[in-house]
Amino acid sequence: MKGVSLILVCFAALCGVSVLSLGIGRYPVSPPAILSWLFTGASADANLPVVLLNIRLPRLIAAIAAGGALSLAGAAYQGLFRNPMVSPDILGVSSGSGFGAALGILFSLPVAAVQAISFAGGITAVLAAVLVSRAIGRSSDSVLVLVLSGIVISSLFGALLSLLKYIADPLDKLPAITYWLMGSFADIRTGELGTAVAMVLAGAIPLLLVSWRLNVLSFGEEEARSLGLHTGRMRVAVILCATLVTASMISVCGIIGWVGLVVPHISRFLAGANHRRLMPVSFLVGAAFMVAVDTVARSAASVEIPVGIITAVLGAPFFIWIMKRSSVRAW
Amino acid sequence: MVKAKEQSIAIRKAGLGYNGKAILDDVDLEIAPGDVVCLLGQNGAGKTTLFRTMLGFIAPVHGSVTLSGREVSRLSPREIACIVSYVPQSYAMPFAYSVSDVVLFGRSVHLGLFSSPGARDRHVAAECLDLLEISHLAARPFNELSGGERQMVIIARALAQEARFMILDEPASNLDYGNQVRVIRKVRELAGRNIGILMATHHPDHAFMAASRVAVLSGGKLSHDGSPEAMLTPETLRSLYGVEVQVFDTPQNGHASRRVCAPVVE
Repeated sequence: MKGVSLILVCFAALCGVSVLSLGIGRYPVSPPAILSWLFTGASADANLPVVLLNIRLPRLIAAIAAGGALSLAGAAYQGLFRNPMVSPDILGVSSGSGFGAALGILFSLPVAAVQAISFAGGITAVLAAVLVSRAIGRSSDSVLVLVLSGIVISSLFGALLSLLKYIADPLDKLPAITYWLMGSFADIRTGELGTAVAMVLAGAIPLLLVSWRLNVLSFGEEEARSLGLHTGRMRVAVILCATLVTASMISVCGIIGWVGLVVPHISRFLAGANHRRLMPVSFLVGAAFMVAVDTVARSAASVEIPVGIITAVLGAPFFIWIMKRSSVRAW
Repeated sequence: MVKAKEQSIAIRKAGLGYNGKAILDDVDLEIAPGDVVCLLGQNGAGKTTLFRTMLGFIAPVHGSVTLSGREVSRLSPREIACIVSYVPQSYAMPFAYSVSDVVLFGRSVHLGLFSSPGARDRHVAAECLDLLEISHLAARPFNELSGGERQMVIIARALAQEARFMILDEPASNLDYGNQVRVIRKVRELAGRNIGILMATHHPDHAFMAASRVAVLSGGKLSHDGSPEAMLTPETLRSLYGVEVQVFDTPQNGHASRRVCAPVVE
């Protein structure tokens, strides 16, 4: 039951961070006022429900979904690829989504269309990586072939993205593309967010359900098979679910790096290596982390700082510390 | 006779290899529950190919490979894992799973796609740890164990699979002398529980200690299997390893007499 209580503690931490985050901003609201409004539905301040419901709550939900999705996908990929240095964009989902979004921005499409193309771009890149690795074959080191295919597809979409930036209008389109690539929750709108959150749930629930099998998969192709796992199908299913959750969040909030790499490490430190505990804890820790980072992003300076910059600034030194620690002890 | 065949692993006139090219020809091998078959042969003789075929990772080029009377190429990974378990050579793991978790992974074959182990699975895993006398390691991270302890954990994991057969790939290599003997003893114990065992080894003495039969891989052939005493003569050992080896029986000194090897060094 140690696992269940840890998950409850993480959930409580996420709730606490969320309430604090709702209160912080240009229009400060005290946590007691938020809680009394949440539980009684009444508020002394008429502005409070407007601020919370229309501005801060959608953003909070987006941060929870994005942080949770990226961390969950990262934990799943690290198990799948048997490598703690793997992040969710290893198969090209970020560069595919980035290319898709840039294409949409270049043609001045409406926001919903940009998001749809970005989503399609992310899915396309990962499918391309999977198909390339299938075509190459070599069943014995198929995981390595898959990673290499992902790197190739990533750099291909990266090059195409550079091409789009090169031909984009430098006064108008190029800044929009660049800003999109930095990642932000500032432009979250309730309609598209609902679709994205539904897709995150559709991918995250199966991932959480097969978390025990991810343990077995982390032993590598032949050993997992000898333990009775249909490795080929399992791997494709995990990749599809992880891609669904990452692509749907990237398409609404842009590229946010480091979270999917670093949070599974923090979570492994808390929950141990067993994916049965690691996966739900990763989701909750990632969500809480992203809420905290987004709160800083929107309130630390008079101008909003893109979250992708903050996660990278926090993530890089943290990762160096993790690497130093791991040279002493196993993951 | 038919019944015995249904219970066994049987390879009949099979060619084994990759991409339609057989690197082992005319392989005949049968393993029944309770057998310990020791597989000897130089590196690259085709031992891995044989294992991979028996575990269903690759299909035989021709001929038949059956597990409990069913053609292995027609079985799913899950069905194969219910019949035969596998102990690979010891290695490091990317994540610090606890020993009890590692043994529980052996139960996966008996679990539904979305389930995780229940009370019965934990009970079986605890029994397997107990049988291999490593219950005291249960809470330790696998990665921090010694080579001998890791090998015992992986054998416990295979045992937790509750398959009738176990394939062990050089379970005693890279272990110190005492741990080699401990592993071989456990292999004998498992055979006593009616598990059929195929074990690769580079030490003919391991075959004398544990094997009921010996099979020798060399020159793309599997020499027909016989008792260790009949198979492992100074002549076959010389042709297999290229060195002179004396083979003799230990004296009766309170322990039962046993055949041993002594390589000639001068």
